[in-house]
Formats: sequence, C-alpha cells, structure tokens
Amino acid sequence: MNVMYFAWVRERIGVPQESVETEAATVNDLIAELSSREERYAAAFADTSALRVALDQELSDFGASLVGVREVAFFPPMTGG
Amino acid sequence: MHIRVQPEQFDAGAELNAFAQGRSDVGAVVSFTGVVRDTDGDLREMLIEHYPGMTQSAITKIAQEAVDRWVLADCLVIHRYGSLKPGEPIMMVAAAAAHRAASFEAADFLMDYLKSRAPFWKKELTSKGADWVAAKGEDEDALNRWR
Repeated sequence: MNVMYFAWVRERIGVPQESVETEAATVNDLIAELSSREERYAAAFADTSALRVALDQELSDFGASLVGVREVAFFPPMTGG
Repeated sequence: MHIRVQPEQFDAGAELNAFAQGRSDVGAVVSFTGVVRDTDGDLREMLIEHYPGMTQSAITKIAQEAVDRWVLADCLVIHRYGSLKPGEPIMMVAAAAAHRAASFEAADFLMDYLKSRAPFWKKELTSKGADWVAAKGEDEDALNRWR
C-alpha cells in the first residue's frame, strides 16, 4: 500500500510517501510494524495522540482495519483556515 | 458550490462581487477572509502544505453539509497553499442564503470545520527558524457547537 506523511511527520520520517509491503491488519499494527523497523518511524509515531490518520483520503482512526485500503496517510492535527 | 484550492493570490473583494452578482434569490451574503498575520513582527513567510488527493473532497464534504443544513443558495471556499507573505489572504468563504442568520451561521460553521478538518498544515518561517503551527484545543472544541 501507499503510505503518505505530511508536515512534521514527513520531516521526521524523511520521505513524503513510500510503498509498504505489509500484512498489518489495522492502522495500529502498521504503526507497530514500521516503528520496529527503524528509529525514525518510532520517533514519528511515539505519541499517536498527536497524530491523525486518513485511509483512502478519508479521516479514520488507529483501530481501523486496513483490509482493501490502498492509501494510508499520517499527519498532525490539521491547521487550515 | 465553488471550491478552489490554489497557490495563487486572490482578490477577496473581486471574488465576493463575482459570487454575489446577478442573484435575486438571496437576501444575505456573508463572507470571511483569513489573512497571514505577523504576530511578532518577525514573520518572513508562511508555508502551507496540503494533501492534494484529499483536500478538494474534504472541503466539498464540509461545504455540502453547510449547504444542506442552512439551505444555502450557494457557497464559496477558496484556500491557498504554498508560500504566502504576511498580509496576503490565506483563504475565504462566502455563504448566500435567504436570510442573514443562515448566512452568518453557515460561514462560521465553514470556518470551524476548515480549520480542523481540511488537510492543510501551516509552517511559519521567522528569523529564529521554521515552526509548524500547532492545532489549538479550542479549535477542536469549536466543532462541538455544531453537533
């Protein structure tokens, strides 16, 4: 699946997006898997209360299933307006 | 509904005139323009990042909710991204309805939701460096007014 990062999450992880091969069942599982791979992910995902997630471009939550999902995006709370 | 996401500057007055022009079915048009504010006199630039795939659809969803809830004749949302200078407009909304209460409320609703549900992130560049603007708890609380 395509995993995207925005704002400081992008800066901390170092890439705007990447293709990730994973069997993760939920967003939380994906976060755990990435965090165990490299320190930069663990640093970015250390406090998920400071993060938001969108699945296929719709806001979702960390317990949500990844079945059939093609695009996951992680970012801080939005500051539009 | 008119929704535009763009890097270019816009003229809020001209946009409002174009939006309100030639209508005889509305009695009230309310607009709001957000401007890049230089709080400490040290802001060089504001950088706005967005999520291109999601931005248009997220704003459309918010605008459609406003149209349905306040029975708007029309609404306008313009939001910029990229590099902005102090004093430049960031975004604007306008709501047209039969009566003013609906227009005011719809514009207020649009602003509250665009602030914390449209995928934009602001970064301020000053002489001290670059900092992401943090979302405020009160912005999230503001959404509860509309539930």
